[in-house]
Amino acid sequence: MTHLDFEKPVIELCEQLEKAKQIAEKSNIDMSTSLTEIEKRIDITRKEIYKNLSPWQKVQISRHPERPYTLSYIQAITDNDFIELHGDRNVKDDKAIIGGIGSIDGESVMFIGHQKGNNTKMRQYRNFGMANPEGYRKALRLMKMAEKFNKPIITFIDTPGAFPGLEAEERGQGEAIARNLFEMFQLKVPVICVVIGEGASGGALGIGVGDKVFMLEYTWYSVISPESCSSILWRSWDYKEKAAEALKLTAKDMFSNKLIDGIIEEPIGGAHNNPDEMYKIVKRELKKYIAKLKLLSPEERIQKRIEKFCNMGVYDEIKN
Amino acid sequence: MANWFSRIKQGITTKTKDKKETPEGLWYKCDSCHKIVPHEDHENNFFVCTDCGYHQRINSKTYLKILFDENKYKELNPELIAADPLNFVDTKKYKERLITSIQNTGLTDAITTAYGKIDGQKAVIGCMNFEFIGGSMGSVVGEKISRAIDLCLEKKVPLILISKSGGARMMEAAFSLMQMAKTSAKLTLLASAKLPYISILTDPTTGGVTASYAMLGDINMAEPGALIGFAGPRVVKETIGKALPKGFQTAEFVLEHGFLDLIVHRKELKTKVAQLIRLYSN
Ligand SMILES: [Zn+2]
Repeated sequence: MTHLDFEKPVIELCEQLEKAKQIAEKSNIDMSTSLTEIEKRIDITRKEIYKNLSPWQKVQISRHPERPYTLSYIQAITDNDFIELHGDRNVKDDKAIIGGIGSIDGESVMFIGHQKGNNTKMRQYRNFGMANPEGYRKALRLMKMAEKFNKPIITFIDTPGAFPGLEAEERGQGEAIARNLFEMFQLKVPVICVVIGEGASGGALGIGVGDKVFMLEYTWYSVISPESCSSILWRSWDYKEKAAEALKLTAKDMFSNKLIDGIIEEPIGGAHNNPDEMYKIVKRELKKYIAKLKLLSPEERIQKRIEKFCNMGVYDEIKN
Repeated sequence: MANWFSRIKQGITTKTKDKKETPEGLWYKCDSCHKIVPHEDHENNFFVCTDCGYHQRINSKTYLKILFDENKYKELNPELIAADPLNFVDTKKYKERLITSIQNTGLTDAITTAYGKIDGQKAVIGCMNFEFIGGSMGSVVGEKISRAIDLCLEKKVPLILISKSGGARMMEAAFSLMQMAKTSAKLTLLASAKLPYISILTDPTTGGVTASYAMLGDINMAEPGALIGFAGPRVVKETIGKALPKGFQTAEFVLEHGFLDLIVHRKELKTKVAQLIRLYSN
């Protein structure tokens, strides 16, 4: 298990618990009361830490290497029938954005999401969740197919950004993202987007136009990562905490600024601390909102989707 | 807030008259080939170097003058100004940056939108101002484009957007990001109404502007040599760890890769735009 520095008090208590368990085993003394006591303290400490997280700490959790990624969510919430669909039918199959069809309690859904890897080899294979234009075009192909067969679309967002490579530019990274924004507004089927980790910039938004856009509790979503923001505005890499603060990138800030539709709570200690519980919560929310969105006509959904995004932005007017 | 308004107003009224496009004096020195020509000749050649064809960066006022008949047009929503919704502070307060930009440019934000006639045909033009915080797209840019499209829908006229931008305005963070979605949403309405949208990409067009309205034209055109890309050249260079090929991310490169319909010299800009509007409307 990888631990973040602010989780230290919990780690220490967990170590104490392990020791106590070993002693109990060896000495045959009944230590159940003190064991429960330590377990209680672990719970309280964890709750306390997670209640007071700074924006930067939330960014760290969003990148926790043991956090579940897109495919894990899909495997957990579908009826064991998910089939991954590959390729943009043009250039290649992007590994940083995956997609496919599967059912949630008997109802078919098209899934699309950024995919990160959970070891060095897989991280490289997935290009760290940074998609090339083919990834966005594969996503669009699958969304259009979902529309054709009248299936709801669920996207999972988890990317440090669209890949800034040479080929990505040659093959029109900007056009690929722009096209998705444009097309997603006119999709006739329900679209739900969930930020499950990092939501960086156009690379995130490229699969992020939905009737409902949610963020998990300890994720972030903004126009730029705190590190890049620090390097551009402060001209130094040392201001990432300040940048995270200034960008108002947490789920709470995004919701209060009316830039997302809701926050999905994570289990105590974050999604990585109890993935099964996290899948259960996400599945419950997705089912609830698919059912709600299906009550509207395609025209109503499209109109509301457009209106929602058109209301985003704050400006003043000079009165004469 | 009242203080903010009054300072902004002061900024606008004490602006340095109409800022000149070129350095003071009667001569223009080309940024590319360094040839020196009389300013008048340079202006008569649409601020394009007579020798090497370098297209000097010009602002919205000049573009509107080039495109609209007799330089006559009605500016749309000049009352909209940035509001600093996040109270953003980096090494400087965003509000201070805004005041400085307003004072130095005499502009209120990074886009000017206007309604007029191009060769007798009514049209709405939105033109970005690069000198206003790098032509960055914040809430005002998004809202002005959104309202410009509303007018296109109402008057049933084509839309022309001239992009010149470093991308999103970081000081508006996610608000700025969502302008990509907002402008794209509005463009779907324009498309449904079958009104033409001509996107003109000028030097430079990068980041969130490229990844939204700039690349969504029915016609995408660019000025010769313009830098056009999603990631900036410096970032791409860092990613690949070696020098970029010659001509990378120029308008010519982007056309060869299939993302532009045509490249147009500035002196033919009006003719080509008018011709396209005519061809798509008759
Ligand atoms: Zn020259």
